[in-house]
Amino acid sequence: MEKIPINRLIDFSPVDGTGNRFAIFVQKCPFRCLYCHNPETINECSACGVCVEACPKGALKKESGAIIYDESKCVGCDTCLRVCPNLSSPKTRYMSVEEIESRITRVRPFIRGITVSGGECALYPSFLEELFIRVKRMGLTCLIDSNGAKPFKDLEYLVDLCDGVMLDVKAYDDDFHRKLTSKSNAVVIENLDYLLSKNKLEEVRTVILPKYDDQNRNTVDNVSRIIGNKSRYKLIRYRYYGVREEGLKEFGKVIVDESYAQALAELARKNGCVDVVIS
Amino acid sequence: MEKTEVMKIISDETLTYAQQVLALARLAESYDDTLKRNPLWIKALKEGKVCDLNEGLAPYRPRYILPDYSILLEKGCSFLEIEKPKNLTELCFDLLIFYRHVPSITSYPVYLGNFTELFMPFEDEADNPSTKEVLRLFLKSIDKTLCDSFVHANVGPNRSKLTDIILDLTKEMQLAVPNITLLYDEDVTPRDLAIHAVDVMLATSKPSFANHKKYSSEHSNCPYAIASCYNALNVGGGGYTLPRLRLYKISTEAKDADDFMNNVLPRYVDLILENIDQRIKFIVEESSFFKSSFLVKEGFVEREKFTGMVGVVGVAECVNNLLGIENKAFGFGHNEKAEKLAYEILSKIEKIVNEHKGLYCSKCDDKYQMHAQVGIDTDGLDDAPGCRVPVGFEPPLFEHLTLESTLHGFFPCGVGDIFKFDQTWSKSKDAVLDVINGAFRKGLRYFTAYSEDNDVVRVTGYLVKKSEIDKLTNGEQSINNCTVFGKGAKEKGRALDRKVYGKNSD
Ligand code: SF4
Ligand code: SF4
Repeated sequence: MEKIPINRLIDFSPVDGTGNRFAIFVQKCPFRCLYCHNPETINECSACGVCVEACPKGALKKESGAIIYDESKCVGCDTCLRVCPNLSSPKTRYMSVEEIESRITRVRPFIRGITVSGGECALYPSFLEELFIRVKRMGLTCLIDSNGAKPFKDLEYLVDLCDGVMLDVKAYDDDFHRKLTSKSNAVVIENLDYLLSKNKLEEVRTVILPKYDDQNRNTVDNVSRIIGNKSRYKLIRYRYYGVREEGLKEFGKVIVDESYAQALAELARKNGCVDVVIS
Repeated sequence: MEKTEVMKIISDETLTYAQQVLALARLAESYDDTLKRNPLWIKALKEGKVCDLNEGLAPYRPRYILPDYSILLEKGCSFLEIEKPKNLTELCFDLLIFYRHVPSITSYPVYLGNFTELFMPFEDEADNPSTKEVLRLFLKSIDKTLCDSFVHANVGPNRSKLTDIILDLTKEMQLAVPNITLLYDEDVTPRDLAIHAVDVMLATSKPSFANHKKYSSEHSNCPYAIASCYNALNVGGGGYTLPRLRLYKISTEAKDADDFMNNVLPRYVDLILENIDQRIKFIVEESSFFKSSFLVKEGFVEREKFTGMVGVVGVAECVNNLLGIENKAFGFGHNEKAEKLAYEILSKIEKIVNEHKGLYCSKCDDKYQMHAQVGIDTDGLDDAPGCRVPVGFEPPLFEHLTLESTLHGFFPCGVGDIFKFDQTWSKSKDAVLDVINGAFRKGLRYFTAYSEDNDVVRVTGYLVKKSEIDKLTNGEQSINNCTVFGKGAKEKGRALDRKVYGKNSD
């Protein structure tokens, strides 16, 4: 039975799609976004042991080349995440579909669906397929939260199975996308078109950045033209919380103004986007 | 020289005139000693093991009265010379007149009727531009004349345009009175009404949601309503009296859990049942209410639809104590053994209560009912309200709701809890409604929520304004009788420090 690295499970999440949802954050991401809020989800743990020494509560141990995490001792100080030289987390656990399914069963009456996020969940398509089949049997909906790094056209079965994809489009300009994420956006834009054609685009998100007005406008303008009234467009104001040094150097310790985001939302509406939200 | 009790009241600058009158009446009531009481009860009162909520020694009306207002709609009221109302404005005035004549333990009406049902005959006035203004004056008048947060109105379970207007006004006006509950059944209540109610609740701390599917199934003979804080009682009846078992204090008398279950607890349950019998006998046989009140004579209430209420507080502290758990972080709310024991204790109380033949309550199957009392300010941190997890030790939202859902079954005449949410939830009304639906499917009876930055906030069960508490703190008067309880609960019970649930809901 396949097991994949899970960074975190959240029983009740009001922010990962419509309604109350069970959220699954997988580990590993092909992008390296400068403004990533949870950089500890980017890489798999290399078991280097740095965090074991740093944990003030002795909640971490290294045993036969693997990190053992004792949740009962952990006080959630996040020291381990801060010291990790590898953008990872020692709390990641390998879990099977069954284990996750039983966690979902527990909270089922309270949720309308699940959302798989990350990291990048499209790295684990066969796992998601198996999970979604079981979750749909419970009468719940399945959303994918993706940065679009992997081509969805190669994952047609998964796309058909899910109820929608919430796709990040971090920048429309390819050079700027490379600067932000370390990778080209060609696949992301292709995914945008493909998901629209499949009628599976639940939401598109763009982080509105400080100091890059041109880039913000360019992205919002182009994306809103493409999606029109066929998807919700969420503009996420950059906030510095959780952002690592490199990102802070680039964007600063600031929060983007609501009024600035509103102006961009207006632009999107002018382009025919009906459902624009700011967060 | 120490001031007399009377002098203390009449010289207190923080009391309004109306509050002084009520305090003096209460003082007089507690001077009489006609009411029979068991000396063991009096001893237990002194030891803090039971509590009579200062109901007085000469009760001259039932504690909670829920008039059947449909009679006012159909026939009017001859004692008050009110004719059958012909339009919405007349009805509003008739109600305002009527409310002044509905007694209760606080002397203010604890039940104002179900506005959705009451206003239904005049639904076609909803589109009339003056209607909203009439309802605005109606609500304002209630807030400023019935100055007590236990004054409670119901709406739902169905939708009406007038209900939507009342909810809109509730949000706009930000008043502490009346308390409002939506009788909610996900299969009956239209979704847009439910979402509207969630929106208003997060902004104003009301309406709360009552599990209508559960309550209505238990009240198949006689409709129920939610009155006072969250008491589910018969319409046309109510609650005679509500003394309380303070389980933590009682548990300190037991050698161990077995001794508690088999010896100590049953003694106190018997004592409280006897006390309820005595008080009901007094209210029915000695005082004049059931003999001469127009409410009785004209059929607005019927004696047999009332019941005695067995109040319970301090479940959490009781089981923690019996299991020797000193750190609340590892106790009830975080500890299966503690929760199992709580379940057993409540089952035990339920069994004894159900085996007792109650007096003058035949329309409640001759039974008294258990009530998870919201606590009073003097409980401090000894006794958490009802079966709640102590403030500051609330588990993650899912575990919290699951635990309460299991225990709510024991309290057919009322139980409830308050959940405090941050912005991420108040922006997602759908998510909040999903949570309510899930909890009600699991058996939760009553749900209230508010956002952390509201002015109108819910203290244990009733609403007060934070700005009014500040007035009292500064030695000024507050118009609302309950502000002083809110102040006490805030200072002694940390009642406003409930955990805030954020986006990870832990
Ligand atoms: S958060 Fe990390 S460092 Fe802190 S106690 Fe838990 S495991 Fe240790
Ligand atoms: S979490 Fe990071 S620091 Fe800890 S062992 Fe893994 S790679 Fe090393």
